[in-house]
Amino acid sequence: MQGAAEKILNSSPRSAKYSVCPPDFHGLTPKMLVKEGEKVKAGTPLFFDKYNEKIIFTAPVSGTFSDLVRGEKRRILRVTIDADAADEYVDFGAADPLSLSREKVAGKILESGLWPAIRQRPYSVIANPEDKPKAIFVSAFDSAPLAADLDFIIKGQENEFQTGLNALSRLTDGDVHLSVHSKTTANPGFLNAKNVKIHHFEGPHPAGNVGIQIHHIDPVDKGDIVWYVGVQHIIMIGRLFEKGIYDASKIVALTGSEVLNPRYYRATDGAKVSDIVQKNVRLEEDVQPRYISGDVLTGCQVNTNDFLRFYSNQITVIPEGDKPEMFGWIMPNFDKFSLSRSFPAFLMPGKKFRLNTNIRGGERPFVVTGVYEKVLPMEIMPMQLLKSIMINDIDMMEKLGIYEIAPEDFALCEYVCPSKIEIQETIREGLDLVRREFS
Amino acid sequence: MKALINFVETKVKPNFEKGGRFEKFHRTFEAFETFLYVKGDVTHRGSHIRDAIDMKRTMVYVIIALIPPLLFGIWNVGFQHFKATGEEVAFIDQVLFGLIKVLPIIVVSYVSGLAVEFIFATSRDHEVNEGFLVSGMLIPLVIPVTTPLWMVALATIFAVIIGKEVFGGTGMNILNPALLARAFLFFAYPSYLSGEVWVYEGAEQFIDGFSGATGLAVMAAGEGTMPSDFDLFFGFIPGSIGETSTFAILLGAIVLVATGIGSFRIMASVFLGGLLMGAIFNLFAVNEFMAMPAYRHLILGGFAFGAVYMATDPVSASQTGVGKYIYGLLIGIITVLIRVVNPAYPEGMMLAILFMNVFAPLIDHYIVEANIKKRIKRMKKVRVQTQA
Repeated sequence: MQGAAEKILNSSPRSAKYSVCPPDFHGLTPKMLVKEGEKVKAGTPLFFDKYNEKIIFTAPVSGTFSDLVRGEKRRILRVTIDADAADEYVDFGAADPLSLSREKVAGKILESGLWPAIRQRPYSVIANPEDKPKAIFVSAFDSAPLAADLDFIIKGQENEFQTGLNALSRLTDGDVHLSVHSKTTANPGFLNAKNVKIHHFEGPHPAGNVGIQIHHIDPVDKGDIVWYVGVQHIIMIGRLFEKGIYDASKIVALTGSEVLNPRYYRATDGAKVSDIVQKNVRLEEDVQPRYISGDVLTGCQVNTNDFLRFYSNQITVIPEGDKPEMFGWIMPNFDKFSLSRSFPAFLMPGKKFRLNTNIRGGERPFVVTGVYEKVLPMEIMPMQLLKSIMINDIDMMEKLGIYEIAPEDFALCEYVCPSKIEIQETIREGLDLVRREFS
Repeated sequence: MKALINFVETKVKPNFEKGGRFEKFHRTFEAFETFLYVKGDVTHRGSHIRDAIDMKRTMVYVIIALIPPLLFGIWNVGFQHFKATGEEVAFIDQVLFGLIKVLPIIVVSYVSGLAVEFIFATSRDHEVNEGFLVSGMLIPLVIPVTTPLWMVALATIFAVIIGKEVFGGTGMNILNPALLARAFLFFAYPSYLSGEVWVYEGAEQFIDGFSGATGLAVMAAGEGTMPSDFDLFFGFIPGSIGETSTFAILLGAIVLVATGIGSFRIMASVFLGGLLMGAIFNLFAVNEFMAMPAYRHLILGGFAFGAVYMATDPVSASQTGVGKYIYGLLIGIITVLIRVVNPAYPEGMMLAILFMNVFAPLIDHYIVEANIKKRIKRMKKVRVQTQA
């Protein structure tokens, strides 16, 4: 794909508004803790999880809680803060995580509002602090299309990262597994990390997905729980222990074929998309841009008035594909990328494509077989698992390994599917069903 | 081009949308609309970008792969006809004669099959599936050119309704629809379908000594002359329209394998299975058919056509990787078995594939069970480790 970010770090201007978006956290029912017009500091609790009061969500910046956007059934979509000119932080107290007990470490992370950064398998939801995970997994490289280079992001923050890892190591009796890419990972912050077990992976996407790595290191069976955390969040946890504050700033890659100068920006969680994108997007008369918080396979569709999402390391801008194409299904199509060799793309390895959002076909039942297996490096039978989900056969889902997977692991299956089936959504439905059944 | 799309979108489409005059037929319209252009529909859920391939392109590539046997078949119809009558005519006349004979069959197959598809799509309100684009071409190629047109229509309608639509349409069927059409004809009107397929009614006089028997019929009956291997491979022999030339079929196979649309696993294992069974018969040969060199099975009758175009139908074949090998091998073995051992059916390919279509889910079942067992085993191993 066109538009990988150049390794140049810029600062994006401070946004006037920041938002926390509860839909980022699957299965969350938020209960508000602040009233409109109330002053908050970075780290002040905004709302908590109705089903687990310990999990609180705090403000990423200091300012005034100004606006609550609700959607259908009064679901809270956005909690917006009018930012102050400079941040004031709630002081949680600095400490060395290695000298603290498990409860103290967990308590500090919970209190700061960073707990939602820790997610669990099965179900791919926020971890339950009561659980004792058998291991914690961290992926040190992101293989998704145009993904941010974590090697570049961690530069200068190696100490915080290590402190974060130390904190995580207190949370489990098992190991913290750090997966690096055997060819591209070069940063000593990853390669010389302590209190972790380092694993080497290589290969194309989804090798960088933590789900794939868990599968190959220490797979999840029924009854197992493992946790996983992103690199940038570990850095934030590290800052929490070193400085005692919730500093939600992170580095975001602005990528995609519609970005004029793709590069990295320093921004804060919940920043407005328009402040990161600024005027850096190609505007053509008949091409609408699509803004995505995250990568093109799993990201969340946003617009310029929307906000940077909690788990996103990048913003991607690609063209909308809303133009019909005469006989597009039979033309050779030199500008289209496909895994199938029925397009000439396979003759041009290395060519960068400007891909758009056109579905390129209607939804059909499963017909072609053997394509999902090519993009899912797990010992899981994707088609059979999907079928068991479609018929709500929980027993079969368990047998076929539903506990190991997350929608993101199947994103490439969805991409290649010639029947245009909404696979990630199907997987999520299956996970929800199993979760409801056992809780 | 743009003007045409514009015209369709603004002038024609509203008639078929909700509240339009032809609302009921919006699925029919949709089929033609998507045939004309790829719609501007964009992703809203899940992955923002999608692979450029879709069902239409997949199916069209199968049709492209069917072109070599089709063209050869058309010519061969003329060639065989004039060979039978003993006339010496130019190449172009042979092709023209073939066209006159074959084209109506194709048209009838498509019209009758698509009519059924559209009726079902409209009444059940789902998009018209592309599956029949392939079936509609396969059906004419697996029947003899002497089949009356009404039979073609009847068989096609039977195959689409009973073979596909009762199960829910393309993707849900258990049996290969095109083969079902052939099987229907085979059992309903056996005299048209096997053995001497080039016997025309009418005024033409055959030259002395000409026999319309196919190679398989010759072998089964134990009399007549066998065509040379050269003729068998390139297809200068009597037979169903598309099945005779192994060479043309291999050209199609190259297209299917190169684009990755046809399963190489299935094709290769069917051929291997046929060879294997042929070789076994060679070892214990007690009659001429059993002693026939094993490779000849692969170029005789519908073996190659079945292996390349029929067995590889992804819907009715086995859906697991290992399953495909087993499925293919068994098709090859059973085909040769039927040919040699069962005197009632000189051609075993059709029955072998249909038989294995039925058993494909069973094969898959065991492959899936194996995967599940592996997972359970892994779980136990981890438990033991943690206890130790």
